[in-house]
Amino acid sequence: MNKPAEPNSFRRGPDEAGMFGIFGGRFVAETLMPLILDLEQHWNAAKQDPAFRAELDHLGKHYTGRPSPLYFAERLTEHLGGAKIYFKREDLNHTGSHKINNCLGQILLARRMGKTRIIAETGAGQHGVASATVAARFGLPCVVYMGATDVERQKPNVFRMHLLGAEVKPVSAGHGTLKDAMNEALRDWVTNVEDTYYLIGTAAGPHPYPEMVRDLQSVIGTEARAQILELEGRLPDAIVAAVGGGSNAIGLFHPFLDDRQVAIHGVEAGGHGLDGVEHCASMTAGQPGVLHGNRTYLLQNEDGQILDGHSISAGLDYPGVGPEHSWLKDSGRVTYSPILDQEALEAFQLTTRIEGIIPALESAHAIAHAIKLAPTMGRDQIMIVNFSGRGDKDVHTVGKMLGMEI
Amino acid sequence: MTTRIDRRFARLKEENRPALVTYFMGGDPDYDTALSIMKALPEAGSDVIELGMPFSDPMADGPAIQAAGLRALKGGQTLSKTLQMARDFRTGDDDTPIVMMGYYNPIYIYGVERFLRDAKEAGIDGLIIVDLPPEMDSELCVPALRAGINFIRLATPTTDEKRLPTVLTNTSGFVYYVSMTGVTGSALPDTSKVAGAVARIKAHTDLPVCVGFGVKTARQAKAIGEAADGVVVGTAIVAAIAQCYDAKGEKVADPAEAVATLVRGLADGVREARLAVA
Repeated sequence: MNKPAEPNSFRRGPDEAGMFGIFGGRFVAETLMPLILDLEQHWNAAKQDPAFRAELDHLGKHYTGRPSPLYFAERLTEHLGGAKIYFKREDLNHTGSHKINNCLGQILLARRMGKTRIIAETGAGQHGVASATVAARFGLPCVVYMGATDVERQKPNVFRMHLLGAEVKPVSAGHGTLKDAMNEALRDWVTNVEDTYYLIGTAAGPHPYPEMVRDLQSVIGTEARAQILELEGRLPDAIVAAVGGGSNAIGLFHPFLDDRQVAIHGVEAGGHGLDGVEHCASMTAGQPGVLHGNRTYLLQNEDGQILDGHSISAGLDYPGVGPEHSWLKDSGRVTYSPILDQEALEAFQLTTRIEGIIPALESAHAIAHAIKLAPTMGRDQIMIVNFSGRGDKDVHTVGKMLGMEI
Repeated sequence: MTTRIDRRFARLKEENRPALVTYFMGGDPDYDTALSIMKALPEAGSDVIELGMPFSDPMADGPAIQAAGLRALKGGQTLSKTLQMARDFRTGDDDTPIVMMGYYNPIYIYGVERFLRDAKEAGIDGLIIVDLPPEMDSELCVPALRAGINFIRLATPTTDEKRLPTVLTNTSGFVYYVSMTGVTGSALPDTSKVAGAVARIKAHTDLPVCVGFGVKTARQAKAIGEAADGVVVGTAIVAAIAQCYDAKGEKVADPAEAVATLVRGLADGVREARLAVA
């Protein structure tokens, strides 16, 4: 593919049709089209409304616990002997991951729109928990669609959702992972158009979701940028985040996109390796296609049928990616690389042992890439890694991988 | 431009009866069986054939059509083979309109221009692409119209007065009114509401309006046929095919015969209905 001419700014997308170059768009059934247009209108009004902003900021501070710290990972830095590594501690947010940032914004929007029922899809269960949490906080019923495989491997989160009063509906179609959960959530939405708000958890789906989720998650990068300027007096040399659908990554990246001196690294799930089909590296190994309302890089066969993919991390187990990432890849602004299950597992253990912080397996992918990058950089250089979530939910998976019974 | 679809609806108007539009999944459960089903449809009373293109992620379909698509993919169906099925059908029938129905990605990957050229050559008359609303018309709709293939749009209960003209622009062949919000195969709504909705659409267009989603019996087909220019039946046909196989996938009845029997009954229902006054 020809590389498009470099734009004046990487932060202006999407256009009015919801396109980031050839990516994004509104590929949905007619039944949903009026809902999506209505959502866009309400979102445009809300984001310009100081009262909306104020309520969101208040909840962010007092409910989520923002700003999240920018933590200098001193021992990891020493261990690797290269660039100074900072963790943006989204794991310390209420509910244990970055997902709450998006959910609070969207539930306030759902209330503005007069919607009375929340649906969501979830992979690892982090978004499901965050959705169930905000639904409980605002007294709205919530149904979470979750692949049957994921229900099995993320039991603690399933139980948390039950405790929060949400109904978890296992989806057994396909491999029973995030893709299938999203199909089922869309089927629910197409059926319950009057009262239901679909709280999408990642920066993907039909316009305006990719833009809206990005804007709500950009608090991560905005804070990190101000924090590093305060701590180090300069911008970082590199920033790193894991990409499944890509909401934590776009949230960190977006405020830095026009700082050309900052190298930006997205980390995809390399699973068992890119030679076979047991991975979720849609940008490294896929091609552009149309799924779940947007055009983006997808894992698919030569007939345009979507593949299931594989990752040790349920949160990265998705054959697509948010459309803005696809555009950032083709524009060359962001470098996307795969990390294998085994490498993520090693990063998980190392971080736990020497920093005393258990990362989510999603975040462990980002850390694994930082472990590769840091030694290639000078000791005077700085890197920020998005520590997107805490790993308590993954201890069963990791235990199984290490041959231990818990 | 007139297509087999335009000619068929013109003829039915002269006969003063609504059309029976039948959907089945190309390649379900295998190529040869699906082709035998397709060939049986016109004689059983189908006026327009909707040829389903299987997709791995059918977001707007209910369980029956989801399962049919998976069976077809498991049986080795591809978009190339679905086009071949139309070609094979055309060797014995050059009159019955064929509308391909499905999702955009397989066409996008096949290549839009190549697909339209091959579809036209295979005798395809129209397309229904679930995930291409008017906002995405430049993708396939406009090129299809240029290639002489009808682009049939879905209108739904959420398509209000303000939006109807947008939906009807660039629509040709007929308008497919989805009589309810929901996935395919859901329960049939109040037929009196359908009449009102059809009238609402007809105030904006001269195109025939066909109504689908949830029609399973001859009686329902008759009721809908009294209000619309055509009745679409899909899930009931797909379910009839599924019932020809036991839990192990062994054939226990002939799918083409089972579908023909069902369609004959539906056609009787449709023929009892008088064409709604436009």
